[in-house]
Amino acid sequence: MNAATSMQLFLFGIYPYICLSVLLLGSLVRFDREPYTWKSDSSQMLRAGHLRMGSNLFHYGILVVVLGHFFGFLAPHWAIDWAMDPARHQLLAMVGGGLAGVVAIIGLSILIHRRLADPRIRRNGRKWDIAVVLMLWLQLLLGLLTVPVSAQHMDGAEFELLTTYVKGIVSFRSDVAGLLLQVPWVYRLHILLGFTIFLISPFTRMVHIWSGAGTLAYLFRPYQLVRTRKRAMRP
Amino acid sequence: MSHFLDRLRYFSQRREPFSAGLGEVRAENRQWEDGYRNRWQHDKIVRSTHGVNCTGSCSWKIYVKGGVVTWETQQTDYPRTRAGMPNHEPRGCSRGASYSWYLYSANRLKYPMVRGRLLRRWREVRKTMAPLDAWAALMADPQAKDYKPVRGLGGFVRATWDEALEIVAAANVHTVKRHGPDRVIGFSPIPAMSMVSYAAGTRYLSLIGGTLLSFYDWYCDLPPSSPQTWGEQTDVPESADWYNAAYIIAWGSNVPQTRTPDAHFFVEARYNGTRVVAVTPDYAEVAKLSDLWLHPKQGTDAALAMAMGHVVLREFFLDRQCDYFQAYCRRYTDLPLLVTLRHDGERWIPDRYLRASDFADALGSPGHAEWKTVGFDASGRLVVPQGAIGFRWPGQDSEDRGKWNLEQKAADGMLVELNLSQIDRCDDALDVAFPYFGGTPHEHFPHNTQDGDVLLRRVPVRRVATRDGDCMVATVFDLLCAHYGLDRGLGGTCAKSYDDNLPYTPTWQQAITGVSAEHAIAVARAFAETAEKTHGRSMVIIGAGMNHWFHQDMNYRSIINILMLCGTIGVSGGGWAHYVGQEKLRPQTGWTALAFALDWIRPPRQMNGTSFFYAHSDQWRYEKLDVEELLSPLAPRGKYGHSLIDCNVRAERMGWLPSAPQLARNPLEVAREAAQSGIDPRDYVADALQSGKLHMACEDPDDPANFPRNLFIWRSNLFGSSGKGHEYFLRHFLGTRHGLQGKDLGEEGGRKPEEVTWHAQAPEGKLDLVVTLDFRMSTSCLYSDIVLPTASWYEKNDLNTSDMHPFIHPLSAAVDPVWESKSDWEIFKAVAKRFSELAQGQLGVERDVVLTPIMHDTAGELAQPFDVRDWKKGECAFVPGVTAPAITVVERDYPATYARFTSLGPLMDKLGNGGKGIAWNTEEEVRGLGGLNYLVEDGPAKGRPRIVSDIDAAETILHLAPETNGQVAIKAWEALSHITGRVHRHLAEAREDEKIRYRDIQAQPRKIISSPTWSGIESEHVSYSAGWTNVNELIPWRTLSGRQQFYQDHAWLRDFGEGFALYRPPIDTRSVAALHGKRPNGNPELTLNFITPHQKWGIHSTYTDNLIMLTLSRGGPIVWLSEADAKRGGIVDNDWIELFNINGAITARAVVSQRVQEGMVMMYHAQEKIVNVPGSEITGMRGGIHNSVTRTVLKPTHMVGGYAQLSWGFNYYGTVGSNRDEFVIVRKMASVDWMDRVQREQRQNASARGNAT
Repeated sequence: MNAATSMQLFLFGIYPYICLSVLLLGSLVRFDREPYTWKSDSSQMLRAGHLRMGSNLFHYGILVVVLGHFFGFLAPHWAIDWAMDPARHQLLAMVGGGLAGVVAIIGLSILIHRRLADPRIRRNGRKWDIAVVLMLWLQLLLGLLTVPVSAQHMDGAEFELLTTYVKGIVSFRSDVAGLLLQVPWVYRLHILLGFTIFLISPFTRMVHIWSGAGTLAYLFRPYQLVRTRKRAMRP
Repeated sequence: MSHFLDRLRYFSQRREPFSAGLGEVRAENRQWEDGYRNRWQHDKIVRSTHGVNCTGSCSWKIYVKGGVVTWETQQTDYPRTRAGMPNHEPRGCSRGASYSWYLYSANRLKYPMVRGRLLRRWREVRKTMAPLDAWAALMADPQAKDYKPVRGLGGFVRATWDEALEIVAAANVHTVKRHGPDRVIGFSPIPAMSMVSYAAGTRYLSLIGGTLLSFYDWYCDLPPSSPQTWGEQTDVPESADWYNAAYIIAWGSNVPQTRTPDAHFFVEARYNGTRVVAVTPDYAEVAKLSDLWLHPKQGTDAALAMAMGHVVLREFFLDRQCDYFQAYCRRYTDLPLLVTLRHDGERWIPDRYLRASDFADALGSPGHAEWKTVGFDASGRLVVPQGAIGFRWPGQDSEDRGKWNLEQKAADGMLVELNLSQIDRCDDALDVAFPYFGGTPHEHFPHNTQDGDVLLRRVPVRRVATRDGDCMVATVFDLLCAHYGLDRGLGGTCAKSYDDNLPYTPTWQQAITGVSAEHAIAVARAFAETAEKTHGRSMVIIGAGMNHWFHQDMNYRSIINILMLCGTIGVSGGGWAHYVGQEKLRPQTGWTALAFALDWIRPPRQMNGTSFFYAHSDQWRYEKLDVEELLSPLAPRGKYGHSLIDCNVRAERMGWLPSAPQLARNPLEVAREAAQSGIDPRDYVADALQSGKLHMACEDPDDPANFPRNLFIWRSNLFGSSGKGHEYFLRHFLGTRHGLQGKDLGEEGGRKPEEVTWHAQAPEGKLDLVVTLDFRMSTSCLYSDIVLPTASWYEKNDLNTSDMHPFIHPLSAAVDPVWESKSDWEIFKAVAKRFSELAQGQLGVERDVVLTPIMHDTAGELAQPFDVRDWKKGECAFVPGVTAPAITVVERDYPATYARFTSLGPLMDKLGNGGKGIAWNTEEEVRGLGGLNYLVEDGPAKGRPRIVSDIDAAETILHLAPETNGQVAIKAWEALSHITGRVHRHLAEAREDEKIRYRDIQAQPRKIISSPTWSGIESEHVSYSAGWTNVNELIPWRTLSGRQQFYQDHAWLRDFGEGFALYRPPIDTRSVAALHGKRPNGNPELTLNFITPHQKWGIHSTYTDNLIMLTLSRGGPIVWLSEADAKRGGIVDNDWIELFNINGAITARAVVSQRVQEGMVMMYHAQEKIVNVPGSEITGMRGGIHNSVTRTVLKPTHMVGGYAQLSWGFNYYGTVGSNRDEFVIVRKMASVDWMDRVQREQRQNASARGNAT
């Protein structure tokens, strides 16, 4: 096993577990120990201008992208195969993901400009706030760059390979790292940066993503909630 | 459990639905609630309150957690009042409840700050020079003055305490040595609200000989009518006494808004059956609490009050004689006293009170006979009733001892009943002339033209044989009835009915005020009827809306007349309830010793603020009001000249008003020269002044020799709140950028003063050093050179009292002062220490010549009984303390300043203590204090009681004052008994053993002990009510006649037309015409009366920069406008508007409201200009504060002195800074410029100007 291969193994076989562990444990610890730091740190109070447009574009775009990734990579074969073949699946990912990615990157560009150009927001922003938006922007760009690369292999084979990799990672088969030796660098960079974003998330305002998911419960709750003091009710 | 793991139980937790599934009971973790619970948990609660400009004096709980003040709530543990009275609680308002915001806000001052340019230069010279030389070098270098033109433009840098104190001390020592101690000035208001903090600065300044400025008159909160009528600064009922009233008129006083903690008594009184009438031009909040709302045109209230007086006299004195009123007026007022009439062509003019000295035998009462008034008794005999001021200051063996009282006796001891009227015995009925001002046309106020400006009214008179021959006399009552235009069947012009349009009938007033005659009659009748049935329980609550006018004493006296006629003064539930910036420093005599360093040196240097600021901010150079405009048509022409400042200078020369600086030279040098020449310095100064070798500084305020040099501001926002003529201050006092639009008399070619030297070039930047102590970056701080961070109201120990309730409160240090701040006491102590060190070898034990005006409540007040004579014009001899200021030489041990500051001096043992003309021995208290505070072990103050900490200072006050030390109260009452010849000690006997100490009041507010320096008592049976002891203990009022005076017989008051109260329209300040239509921006320009009422969201400027309060209002300066005016000006609610006149400009948002009457705008007083203020289209600078459009105008009658109750006293009498007669141009702004770019160009211009001067 040469150095390049070991590196490959580490980066795509071990590093993802480090990142996911930090994401889960880090979020858990922060949620328990520092609940008052758990927030999205919106800069709306500092200046409302451009926020609505930038934030909406970015968030709608990124939601589609993230959900697309989630279902695209993790859905079992049988759940997709009845509807489309891998080539169509790839096309859908390229077009749908590409469009959503463009929307998201436009939104994020507005937000970055706002964050850097407005002196009030700039002064009040932490370094991590700027680092996070820049990393997300780069990640979106990398994601979009994969679209022309994929366009050269419209048969869906490479797409299958990536799916196998992701499913391998979540099912604790770190040997799937070897699969990535064959895919172009842009995919690999995209994957690496993706896991790095997971890594830093618990230390940044990105934790609000968890809450975003949690608020789904709001849609199903009754109008009035009473939190009881009765011992009998308590578990 | 973990929050996170709890979340994982989402699907498994137990739920119980209710209401068909619309609700659900869950057994969720509720730990998150502790976050909110913790927010309201605390380690301790400390009692404190809020100063400085709020006279609420409310007890508050300050909550502290982890060394941080978290919030405050109202205390509810006041001692209960007697049965049948509502409790005092709750006290407090939203302003106080938001105070803790300040402690940790961005606006909090955290470190000593020095103006950058000054500090750079200071550090430069300090490299090579000692501190004193360094300051001298800076002052000698014209280039070094470049810090003055950038005052107010930011540029502060942080300094250490050592460095800042060194600059202050060096500047003070230098100024004392080079220019004189009276060139070091201090301004701080309302000592009652934090007595120790006030005393800290004044003690230091008094020790070094600095000048202390009064505030009450400068704020225009002092009602000169009170000293005129009663010889009392201000004494009013506590708010609980409102509950005892049967009829209340709230006149120009917006109780729920400006007396929020007391307003509940007002409401409770209504439950008690009290009838309530509100008189305010706008629909103020108080109107909603009232049964009837009268809204006279603003500034015309005196016309309404005169008409009401007309009704009361007609129905209760002439048509029918009401026993209670008759007895009251005979005994307690000057109505039965005699006034001489002067013959002037065809007519007779009321002159002065007939005096015992007018008779060859002095009517058997020769001592001070010229100060004893005379009346006819029931048998028609001329008698000298006891109680006149001539009885107050008898010689050692005089037969007048013990006769200064209101017993119904004559000087010979015979019982007498005085006659109110001589109509049944009159020798003649003469046509007497009264001045009339109601016909004077005014562009913006209605007038009522009569036959000329002199009214002839027929008066029943008696002929008496005086030393100088026969003389016509009339009683004050007979003159008063004639003055009010009442028909007494004597013929001549008089009102046959209320429908006649003759002064001062109800119909007459309708044309001026707009209030219907029916309402005026009904209210007057009901007010008097109630007073008759309840023996005086009718009350007028009166406020700033009445007092802030130029002719405020006419507003007040016309109402006081009704109150006196109805026998309400001195009656619980009745009387005059003036609540305007009034202070009641309850333990006053304990405090004066500490505050003015009377324990070491007497007298202190005190100055009336208004005249000082008028002269030194050069507002007199722009004066547009001619003295002739103010004179009575009956006054001799030419006698008074034309210039207001001339009158002031004459008043200073004649010993009426104080001066600051006093002499045109350093008084230390003068004393030194006198010593060298071997002449008593007093004679030396007297001779030099007479020969013209030496001048008084007031004759040339623009000569650099007479500049005030150093100014301390503490507990005050002088430049951002009370500085009338703000832009004049900026230009001349401070020498910085200003928005002044007008030209001075030189530029305009106007008539210049005669007594004052005119300099073609007006000085700019008179002050060398401005030092401000504050806890927040106020406007005053921004204009200062050094800003010292002081402790907030939750970080220091102090005392606090109010006239609104009888309790004494503490301010307590809930937490230590944050960052580097220190309490005022500690700061001035530190300044004193550094001063003493730097004085070593520079100043030693120095002799200082101090001038003092003729003071009220001293024997000196019997100074000038008849004519007004000016020694400078050779009209009389120069007699210090009689025809001129008193001259005293005092000794100051400058290097011992700190030792003296921190100990109680020996004069308390030697000279004793006292106040308001009563003196007592206080040796025992000094010993007691030594036991409490311990004695100084070594140094210049060895063996004296220590006053080191703020609590030591508080104990000193409490221990020396009769109000907080029962034993002293007994001594004080006994001392008064020697003068009145009556026994008073029973008023304090029950509390003789009581001593209130600082820790007592921290535990619970304590009710003070009755003391003779106040006119009401603290008792289980009556609420505090002013004048109670005058009426019930027969202690005379401290006036010429010893009675309440309807008539003012001083020559100046008569010549200015104010012998009797009458209606005078607002003055014409001429500040609008020069600018109207001259600087168009395309929008219509309205000319409106500029009214500055007290506000809802702040106490003056405090809280107007507090985010919580800003959130409740509109977040910055606002101006209220009527709907009709707004329509004319094309203004809609929330528009940016500009208000301007020749004095300057203001930018603010418009509040368009039906509350406001047409013709006026209301800008709540003192909204800081540091929040949300855009640039002005007129000045090109940021908009100013409310005072940017005002200028001080003095009233000559307030300058009078040396005449019984019209003698000067600190914060007692003197010129006042009125401001409601002002007009402004109101215009919608065409462009709103936030000026948020760097103002480089202006800064450079400012520098260039600085270098040129």
